[in-house]
Amino acid sequence: MTTRSDLVFLIALPLFSSALLLLLGKIANKWGHLFATVISASTFGIGLYEFFAMRSRSGDARAATQHLFEWISVGTFKVDASLLLDQLSICFVLLITGVGTLIHIYSIAYMSHDLDRRRFFAYLNLFVAAMLLLVLGDSYLNLYVGWEGVGLASYLLIGFWNQKPAYAVAAKKAFVANRVGDVGLSLAIMIAFTQFGSVTFAGVKSGAASASPAALTAIGAMLLLAAAGKSAQFPLQSWLGDAMAGPTPVSALIHAATMVTAGVYLITRSNFIFDASATARLLVVIVGAITLLFGAIVGTAKDDIKKALAASTMSQIGYMILATGLGPVGYAFAIMHLLTHGFFKASMFLGAGSVMHGMNDEVNMRRYGALGRVMPITAITFGLGYLAIIGVPPFAGFYSKDKIIETAFNAGGSKGILLGGAALLGAAITAFYMTRVFVLTFMGSKRWDDQAHPHESPSLMWIPMVLLSVGSVASGFLLSKGSALVHWLAPVVNASDSEGGVELMKPIVVSALALGVVVLGVMTAIIKYGRSVPVEAPEGSLLTRFARRDLGQDDLNHRLLVLPGQAITRTLVSTDYGFIDGIVRAVGWTLGYISTSLKKIQNGYVRSYALLMTLGAIALLATIWLVTL
Amino acid sequence: MDISNYIYLSAILFTIGAIGVIVRRNAIVVFMCVELMLNAANLAFVTFARINGNIDGQIASFFTMVVAACEVVVGLAIIVTMYRSRRSASVDDASLLKR
Repeated sequence: MTTRSDLVFLIALPLFSSALLLLLGKIANKWGHLFATVISASTFGIGLYEFFAMRSRSGDARAATQHLFEWISVGTFKVDASLLLDQLSICFVLLITGVGTLIHIYSIAYMSHDLDRRRFFAYLNLFVAAMLLLVLGDSYLNLYVGWEGVGLASYLLIGFWNQKPAYAVAAKKAFVANRVGDVGLSLAIMIAFTQFGSVTFAGVKSGAASASPAALTAIGAMLLLAAAGKSAQFPLQSWLGDAMAGPTPVSALIHAATMVTAGVYLITRSNFIFDASATARLLVVIVGAITLLFGAIVGTAKDDIKKALAASTMSQIGYMILATGLGPVGYAFAIMHLLTHGFFKASMFLGAGSVMHGMNDEVNMRRYGALGRVMPITAITFGLGYLAIIGVPPFAGFYSKDKIIETAFNAGGSKGILLGGAALLGAAITAFYMTRVFVLTFMGSKRWDDQAHPHESPSLMWIPMVLLSVGSVASGFLLSKGSALVHWLAPVVNASDSEGGVELMKPIVVSALALGVVVLGVMTAIIKYGRSVPVEAPEGSLLTRFARRDLGQDDLNHRLLVLPGQAITRTLVSTDYGFIDGIVRAVGWTLGYISTSLKKIQNGYVRSYALLMTLGAIALLATIWLVTL
Repeated sequence: MDISNYIYLSAILFTIGAIGVIVRRNAIVVFMCVELMLNAANLAFVTFARINGNIDGQIASFFTMVVAACEVVVGLAIIVTMYRSRRSASVDDASLLKR
């Protein structure tokens, strides 16, 4: 462990900038966006500096800590506000600040017509600060603060255009779904504290070695619930599609650099819990496998370009969660897919934003078509991201996704075949729906009407897209060259090369299989959408309609949670009104009645008062006489 | 003569005063009845002092007299003022407090 004193600036700078921009108000309108972008870029600078400083150290000295202050001290319960920057955190720091900065730059142009651009940038910085706190905290409690901060920032940004009621509702939905996950995280922290008496990662890790399997499984399940909330995994995935209500750069930030990656981080960070509990690992892979198919199927049916991309995020995060559940060997692949995904998904979201920018905010892909000719840079950068996500070699997704499929097959037995099959099927569907998105948007015949004048976006928007697409081309190769990332992360996740499990198929066979299904998916999509596409969506088969309704996730939530909740609320309200308020009203009414009756004796006549006084005195004397008798 | 007769006299006087306060309307008469009640009390005090053989009751009756004197000054002043403004000394006419 090395002690460093500049880690705090990673969080403090964007937090300060966010507070400054919010407090200064309109005064900062002129320069707020530039200031926020410079701050974000400088945190990336610090991140890079820390990365190289870490690389120059070796062995145990690589992980760095900084003690900030004593946060809670109650009896034996002590929590310090400390930061921990290790091999895992630095990956996230670079991703968050790097991709985050590019999104800041993009937003300068994208939001240039918005009157509230300064507030938008303040929220972006808040988002970055919260996410950095999440990945830098050295205990579950510190992580929790960042976790909540991310929830708050996402709420503010998804509902940024909250003058539209539907957008405000989407923000609320995201927040509530996240709260369900937060309950999981707080329960996990509480169980960990009662079991191990500590909430720091190190403390829990040392305690986990001798803990009871039931406790570990409980913690693991609760952590998984938390991860499902933040990372939009089954069964808490319903908020992600609606979160597209936010401005497109926000979607890029949520999907690529922050927020949804938090769940993967949490599970990877808690690897010692999941390594010790096979049941928890099984739950993780089940959730991952379901979600990756779920997201992929939803993605095939969406005509809204942003919602199709959102479904694909859900599916890709499903891959990562699946990988984290596959034991020590999977963590590094999950993080690798997370990093490559950060590049290509950000590139595609920014591309989608660029298309919307040129098409008067039209999101229906059926009204696009042939945009490649008028927006060549967007088409190329989006295309590179597209090739990366479907896993065509040598683009980034090929390296990261193949590894996950391969690891899934190697999980052993029928479990391996099931998981590997699901991952392979997911890859095929991914190829299909991403090709559909690309073909509908950039190729085929023009389907937009004469009001739209699509044009290439300004350079402030396409430069970040180009940089990200370079990342989506090269990152996979760079990260997997000589298993660079696997070795880099090995000290954190306890992985060793020898643990390959039973090798079901040779890696080359898996790659060939994956490539085969990808080609199949691409061909199907080209045959189906390459020729002519109706501008109005056809009714579609039962499955299509079901997928368009997000496979009934909202209907299910509505029937299962919202309606009973409303029934309970109604019952409580009527109980409150009829019974509790009834008692209060009855008391009030009775007292009022008595007062009205008694008021009559206050008639203003002195003689009447005198009579009453005399009678009272006589009654008093009589009472005394009776008592003493 | 039995000393308790004084107590009976005191009780009778007090009762007459109390009834006068309740039934009469003229403020001056009501006022006189109040004085009668006070003096009935004084008589009781003095009698009890005599029975107990100490002067505590007599001292108390002096206090009562002083208070009664003050009360007469203030009370008569109020009645005279009321009569001047309303041309009536009836206590039933002064029932503004009800409203």
